[in-house]
This record gives sequence, C-alpha cells and structure tokens, in this order.
Amino acid sequence: MAHVRFTANIQRHVACPPEDVEGATLGAVLDAYFVRHPAARGYVLDDQGRVRKHMAVFIGGRQLEDRRGLADPVGPDEAVDVVQSLSGGATS
Amino acid sequence: MTEVCHVATRKGLFTLERAGAGWGIARASFLGDNCTLAVADPRSGHLFATLNHGHFGVKMHRSPDGGATWQEIAAPVYPEKPEGYVPKTPVEGTPADWALKLVWAIQPGGADEPGVIWCGTMPGGLFRSTDHGDSWAINRPLWDDPRREEWFGGGADHPGIHSICVDPRDSAHVLIGISCGGAWRTRDGGATWDLAGTGMRAEFMPPERAFEPNVQDPHLLVQCPRDPDVLWVQHHNGIFRSVDGGVTWLEIADVKPSTFGFAVAVHPHDPETAWFVPAIKDEKRIPVDGRVVVTRTRDGGRTFETLSRGLPQEHAYDLVFRHALDVDATGTTLAFGSTTGSLWISEDGGDSWQAVSANLPPVHAVRFA
Repeated sequence: MAHVRFTANIQRHVACPPEDVEGATLGAVLDAYFVRHPAARGYVLDDQGRVRKHMAVFIGGRQLEDRRGLADPVGPDEAVDVVQSLSGGATS
Repeated sequence: MTEVCHVATRKGLFTLERAGAGWGIARASFLGDNCTLAVADPRSGHLFATLNHGHFGVKMHRSPDGGATWQEIAAPVYPEKPEGYVPKTPVEGTPADWALKLVWAIQPGGADEPGVIWCGTMPGGLFRSTDHGDSWAINRPLWDDPRREEWFGGGADHPGIHSICVDPRDSAHVLIGISCGGAWRTRDGGATWDLAGTGMRAEFMPPERAFEPNVQDPHLLVQCPRDPDVLWVQHHNGIFRSVDGGVTWLEIADVKPSTFGFAVAVHPHDPETAWFVPAIKDEKRIPVDGRVVVTRTRDGGRTFETLSRGLPQEHAYDLVFRHALDVDATGTTLAFGSTTGSLWISEDGGDSWQAVSANLPPVHAVRFA
C-alpha cells in the first residue's frame, strides 16, 4: 500500500485526507486515490492528465520524473507526497 | 429590489449593494483567491464565479443565493489530444496546449432554454452546459474547424473567447469574440460557424493581411438587447460598430482622448449609446495624461463626450480590463473597476461618478446582478 499525503495548502479548496491505496505506478496510485476523492483530481492533474505545471510529486522522497504519463514506479509502503512547487503559481 | 453589483478581483469576489446611504461592499467571497469572473443568471438566480488558482488550476463555483453560499461545480475540460497530434501556434510555432488556462466568458443562454450556459475559455474553447454548469461539453464544430488553429494570443500566450452574445430573439443565434480570432457567428446553436468580422482592421498585422477577419483582436464585443443587430466592439486598435448582426463592421475613428481600451458597454435600450474607458494604446496602457475618463456616444458613434466628473484627473494610472465595465438593466447605473483597485459607480448614465473603493485588489470583472 502506498501512503498518499497532500500539502496543507490544497485542503482549503478541496478535502484531501491522507490515504493508503494500492498501485505499482504513480498513475495507478493516484487513480485509486481519486476514486475515493474525485474532486481532488482536477486540483492535481490538468485536462490531459498531466501533473499541473506548478504542482510537484515526490515518491519515497524522489522527485517525479514522468509528469505526463505518471509511469514512475511506487514501491510497497512508499510515501507519495503531493505538494505545490514554489516556482510560479502565485503572481502576487 | 436591492441593486447588486459583483466585483471579481485578484484576491476575491466583492458584492456591492446599494443601501440607503449609497453603494458599499456588502459581502466578500473567496478572500485571498484569484476570482477572474462573476456572472449572474437572471433566469435561475444562480451566481457563477470562476477562480484561477495558480497551482491547482481553474475552478468554477455556483451560488444559489447571490453569494451567501457556494458549491464547486465542474470546470470545462478540453478533449484528449489525439496521440501524435502536435498542433502549433500560428505566430510562435510552439506546441499548442489543450488544457484549460482561463474561463474568460460565462453567458446564460436564452430565456427559452433554462439551464443552458455558454462558456468561453483560453485557449480558444467554447463550452456549453445544459444543466446550469453541472457538466460541460466543448463545441466540437468550432474546436475542430481548421481556422480555429489559426487563432493566436493577444496580450496572453493563448487565444481566448471573451465575448458571447446570445440573440434575445433567437437563442440559436450566437456571436462570439476572440482575441485573436475576430468574431464568429452560429445560426443553429453551434452546429455550424461562420467568420463574421468583415470590416475590422488589425494594425498589428502586415498591411496586406490587416482586414482578414480571423486575425482581428476585438477586446470585447457587446450586443444591444433591445436591438440585437447592433453590436459594438472595443478592438485592439480602434472602435467598431455593426448594425447587421455582426456581419460587417464600420470603424469609428478620431475619438478623443483615445480609441484604445479594453472595455465597452452598450445601453440596453438604446443601440446608439455606448461607453468606453480609453487609454494610451497598447505599448503603454495607462490613462491619457494620467486622467481617468469615460467616453460616451449617444448618436451611434458620430460624436463622443468625455466624462470625468468624480474621476481622478491627475497622476491616475488605472487600467480597466475588458470585463470590468458594466451597465445595469435600466441603462442608468454604470460601474467600472481598475487594475489599481478603484471602483466607481455612476447613477446618471456616466455624467458623474462616485468612488466606492480605492483599495480593492486588482479588478478583473464588474457585473450587475
């Protein structure tokens, strides 16, 4: 089971509680998470299913590589952290 | 009935009401969030607001009670880009994206189609809902038109649909404005589309292409509800007017202090009367001589008055964005807001103005309920 955790900043807009979900890739893990919390999907992924430009994902502390296909492997018991990058996003 | 005006700003949505003593801010919603547009649907009483979260994307919210309570609703979603298909932007030649950047227009459909809402987006999408915004479908005939891929950004990285006019005589007759893609018209509710900007002139293009309808940059396109064949456009390099439903346009030149601006409002009952907020043209975008003024014509653009009573007349650098000027249903009360957070209201058709606030966040849009 992957342990999925979200930045506190997102909680103001949509509830994203930590969850343990199954999945061998980031895409599978997030799909499983969004089944339980469908409103969160659009806050993390864009129209084409890519990680939003100013969002960042760490898997076991490693930075996500495949922002488009979400094919990065997720090991059993690994933490998946969804955070916002400090680049961009807020213009003022 | 209390008159209400919604002001969408960089840091929230502010609802103004007219109480006994005058206009004031009655409510703040989404404080701290970038609210880019707020539009009331007079048929259902719904209020729609769009938020543009820098990190989390573009969201839409709907209120059944004028902003007291809100519910997040679906945001428009672009279709999946076909595998291997890499459309390029026509000017820069960079890959064109198929993902929502901005909701730039929300327009309730006709009185005979409750629940229908049109939505214009950046990049270049037109969406339609038949269930008050619970779900959206992109208009494929327009999206799939190869001429749509010739649109390009005006002041932004992507082209966008910012104006949607639904003919009150025929809900299937819709005219839209695109920066930069001119004006497009459907007569059949969106099944087929025609380019409709003949007569518009683009100074920013090579001379031999200046009159191509599909390259025009209408900053805003508005329709007179009483006489829907009359439309006004504040264009990137001038003011244009149509009296034939947008098929052909005549340029109105030599308006002092400037024909550059973003916003235009047309009187709901008098197609000859329209208001503009002029500025020094595109490379500067500040009021001429540091004076905030509104220009008004009451004779179809033959003559204009410069209205300044109550507006700052020295060292004022307020810019008014395209959706930040509005006129109410009577044609008497107007409001506009600026990039530097000022909000003015007139209750005499623009003859005089009062400042409701000079300390708002940058104003994106002003809309009477």
